[in-house]
Amino acid sequence: MPDPALQRTPLNEVHRAAGAKMVDFGGWDMPVQYSGIVEEHNAVRSAVGLFDVSHMGEIEVRGPQAMKLVDHVTTNAVAKLKEGQAHYSGLLYEHGGFVDDILVHKVADDSFFLCVNASNQDKDFEHIQAAANGFDCEVEFAGGKYAQLAIQGPKALAVAQQLTDVPLAPIRYYWFVDGVFAGVPARIARTGYTGEDGFEVYVAPERAAEVWNAILSAGQPYGIKPCGLGARNTLRLESKMALYGHEIGASITPLEADLAWIVKLDKGDFIGSDALRRQAAKGVTRKLVGFEMRGRGIGRDGYEVLLEGKPAGWVTSGSPAPTLGKNIGLCYLPVEQARPGQRIEIMIRNQPVEAETVPTPFYKRPK
Amino acid sequence: MTYPENYRYTKEHEWVHIEGETATIGITFHAQQELGDIVYVDVPKAGTKVETGKSFGSVESVKAVSDVYAPVSGEVIAANDTLATMPEKLNEDPHGAAWLIKVRMENPTELTNLLSAADYQKYIGAEI
Repeated sequence: MPDPALQRTPLNEVHRAAGAKMVDFGGWDMPVQYSGIVEEHNAVRSAVGLFDVSHMGEIEVRGPQAMKLVDHVTTNAVAKLKEGQAHYSGLLYEHGGFVDDILVHKVADDSFFLCVNASNQDKDFEHIQAAANGFDCEVEFAGGKYAQLAIQGPKALAVAQQLTDVPLAPIRYYWFVDGVFAGVPARIARTGYTGEDGFEVYVAPERAAEVWNAILSAGQPYGIKPCGLGARNTLRLESKMALYGHEIGASITPLEADLAWIVKLDKGDFIGSDALRRQAAKGVTRKLVGFEMRGRGIGRDGYEVLLEGKPAGWVTSGSPAPTLGKNIGLCYLPVEQARPGQRIEIMIRNQPVEAETVPTPFYKRPK
Repeated sequence: MTYPENYRYTKEHEWVHIEGETATIGITFHAQQELGDIVYVDVPKAGTKVETGKSFGSVESVKAVSDVYAPVSGEVIAANDTLATMPEKLNEDPHGAAWLIKVRMENPTELTNLLSAADYQKYIGAEI
């Protein structure tokens, strides 16, 4: 039985009945693994995997000034989005730190659909709503309106196409369409958090179980595996995708997090832009960089990083990388040293262990 | 999964099997299942002293690293070296071939504090 204090996705009973191992993930009772993290990870890299990510939050912004508001609260250039296109963006505080990292989908000129992190959704909503004062639009907390299923892997297209008449191949990466999927009205986005091709499908929560089962059936000939958050984490880390609370947070700016590409300072003012302009002018003092372990061990989240024997930074995420057969991670270092080829040491259980900074992403899918 | 009747168990999910004054120590099926894919096993060399309730080594999976605690005190007389190169054995046979260390016990009366197979299974049942 799940802890009654935890929130549950509409697929909770499906996971439990299937024997998934459940954990408390930021206040949500979520599957961390089904058959095993490595097996699930490999299924996504070589074939296809299915994830329940219904814990993710949704916020809808509608009205004549919806675009203006979304542009005001996020770092990326919303005006450049076409209808049916999405992009990755930052929701910042005035001081330049992250409230959250989010996906912005442009449904129409006056309608935007934001996908946000589960444990941040309440504060994101409050933050956007507070900023909406004076804008002619409405902000709706829509977390309860959607279940979200992620079909990821090189066979995701083949599996998903069996379940819809919407032609999926023409949907480009980070574009989406609304249509019927597995008999259910859905938003079908070619997005993901694994570094593979794939789709994230948003449906009404009461239809989630039937869609989940339909995807598993359609995927069976392709070797589809239901996957948990454990594999989601190793997949995103190999692809160097940020995780809130690890690579990014309230005290970290996008410039430090190597996410300058989502910051469009030339678009005009937005919340956090002054702080980022000042930081860009002065230069950042610390920066995120990837590393590989050279000695035996795994540098994990929170471990200290040493340069020439002295504390110089910290690990934000670290794990064995199943695709690469190496132990990898991300860490903050002084900007001068935050470049590939730097010898570092990571304090693992009171012992310094050798590692080296490397180029990222660690893994890039073959085109 | 069966938990051998002739083993004794700890609430920290170790098992111990006594033969004469030798205690063979490992982690339980439940422990390896909770950890998932195991990638490193660190255990002390022969000659090292271990103390009841104190960490003597660690088991690391893809997800996390966990201490292993000694169910009994004594001197390590053998360490299972195969786990250094084949840590995945600990997922496959935690109650058998993938034992961690053998200890020459100092104080056999310590065993009375440990759980029977039935009590341990009840305990992990309650934990789920």
